[in-house]
Amino acid sequence: MAFVARRLVFYVVAAWVAVTVNFLIPRLIPGNAVTVMMGKYPALQPAAEHALDVLLGVGKHNGGIVRQYFSYLGDLLHGNLGTSLSQYPAKVSTLIGQSIPWTLILVGTATVVSFVVGTLLGILAAWRRGGWLDQLLPMLTFLQATPYFFLALLAIDAFALHWHVFPIAGGFSNGLAEGWHWSFIMSAVDHSLLPAITLVVTSMAGWMLQMRNVMITTIGEDYVLAAQAKGLSSRRVVFTYAARNAILPNIAGFALSLGFVIAGALIMEIVFSYPGVGQLLYNAVTSDDGPLMQGVFLVIALAVLAASLIADAVYVVADPRARRQAAY
Amino acid sequence: MALARLAQAVTATRAGARAAWRALPTKARVGAIFIGVFAFVAIAGPYLAPYDYTATIATATGATAPSTAHLLGTTSTGQDVLSQLLVGTRSTVFIGLLAGVIATFLSVVVGVSAGFLGGFADEGLSLLSNVFLVLPALPLLIVIFGYLPTAGNVVIAFILSLLGWPWGARVIRAQTLSLRSRDFVAASRETGEHTWRLIFFEILPNEVSLIAASFVGTVLYAVLSSVGLAFLGFGVGGSSWSLGTMLYWVQNQDAIQVGAWWWYAPPGICVALFGMGLVLMNFGLDELGSPRLRAAASKKRIGGRAWRLPEPTRVLRESRRPRHLAGIRPHGGGAA
Repeated sequence: MAFVARRLVFYVVAAWVAVTVNFLIPRLIPGNAVTVMMGKYPALQPAAEHALDVLLGVGKHNGGIVRQYFSYLGDLLHGNLGTSLSQYPAKVSTLIGQSIPWTLILVGTATVVSFVVGTLLGILAAWRRGGWLDQLLPMLTFLQATPYFFLALLAIDAFALHWHVFPIAGGFSNGLAEGWHWSFIMSAVDHSLLPAITLVVTSMAGWMLQMRNVMITTIGEDYVLAAQAKGLSSRRVVFTYAARNAILPNIAGFALSLGFVIAGALIMEIVFSYPGVGQLLYNAVTSDDGPLMQGVFLVIALAVLAASLIADAVYVVADPRARRQAAY
Repeated sequence: MALARLAQAVTATRAGARAAWRALPTKARVGAIFIGVFAFVAIAGPYLAPYDYTATIATATGATAPSTAHLLGTTSTGQDVLSQLLVGTRSTVFIGLLAGVIATFLSVVVGVSAGFLGGFADEGLSLLSNVFLVLPALPLLIVIFGYLPTAGNVVIAFILSLLGWPWGARVIRAQTLSLRSRDFVAASRETGEHTWRLIFFEILPNEVSLIAASFVGTVLYAVLSSVGLAFLGFGVGGSSWSLGTMLYWVQNQDAIQVGAWWWYAPPGICVALFGMGLVLMNFGLDELGSPRLRAAASKKRIGGRAWRLPEPTRVLRESRRPRHLAGIRPHGGGAA
């Protein structure tokens, strides 16, 4: 019970911190949102300044910072994230809503594939200790240490520019209407293959290494030896005795990385000009779009929290010891 | 007399250092050599650079391939790539190491206090590190550096370390928690040692490999994040010239599209080699901590033949790193 209470306090505090950091972000901008808008549309009359001030809720006419904070919290409770400055009349929530599916489908699939393949390879490497797969590990460290964007750029150059196997960038071919029809879906899949492959290749090594290392410790346990001595088949020993216990840290890591699905592949989206959440955040930052920046950051932070909650729940189900432990 | 003793002491430390070096797993040794080379370039690089890395050639008609005048060729504006590389390494290594030092210091202070003091202090500090842990670092960094377009190396390192300490703090706290209840700590507490002595002479020496591993991990995170951020164009406007800045210009001036491999490959490979040195170092330290991961330990050559020795009798330890904490780093999160 103490565990649950402690976690609840954590989620409340973490959510509050995320919301507050988010509130402070646009207030740190040197020039405020109104001046950005005034600069963006030179045709605006000086009298429009007041109207913008009220509309955006960031100017001096909106009372002190404390009052702004509470009205911001009120807006959040109503799901009102404000209006984008760089894509003016569009609501921030609409823009985020448009980009989330792209990120979620592509990065989500890549994360799952990389987790499954990496974990299986890790099991294999540990079981065939010193085999060719195990020998290959130092090579994988090279992939892990290379900046992702560098590999991605090389991949674009080789596969898209030279051999024309994949499209260069974007989420779908120009001129196609978005919607659930065949040509659009095929185009989207075609555009997502290269980003997905680069993501899987670079993130797989991490899962593999972790699985291998925990698995090696588990294989040394007496119950694994006992299972082998009983004459059980290798497959049974590997999967239901050793791997089943060794997979716990990987599962915990996986649940957490699901939260970073929305945040994590930011650089991928920028390199491939993929129309996802990361690209949206990048555009917001480079065009001084405070409300949009705020909204995206909040969504990302809350997604991570939600995933962490799932990770907790999964862990308690998967490992009975976690229920007793006050490890957090 | 004094000289002889000094000489003896020097030989002793040398022998000690050599023994320590030999005790390191091969991976850690290879990693250390990589890191050492980069540390050397970081210190001496700017003095070794044959040209001013900013100097352009007015008559340049695009990037030129390596020649005797320019060993790694030039950029499209005629800047010497080798000089850029030698100068840029300094910033990247400096940011990584400084961020590593600050973040490790923070995580040791928070982790040890939380684990050792327990009670409310533990609750509070654990809460703090968990909150920092779920703040999405890369988006936050992008937002922060969006406001600091001309941040220098020190500022970059400071901000990176501010977001990079909680992983280490969590692991160190768990280890401190388990060490605190061991007999040898209880024994020295009974003999009346005060808290500071317990922490500095009983707890910390037993966490050295863990602290070192967390330091190396943080340096890797800081290097990859700073390079990634510079690549995206954050912090490029400042005075700092790093490998990340080089990659930013590579992308900006289409070095890859024009096939100028001498221009785009070196900075990427340098970051990868430095990072690989750090990863290998981390593996080595991990093997030092849990010998079962060491492949070499279980093989011995006798009479020219490799023999697989039985596993050494295992000593039951109350606690390894708690299993569900062992090295959980989301692979996407820091993938800069």
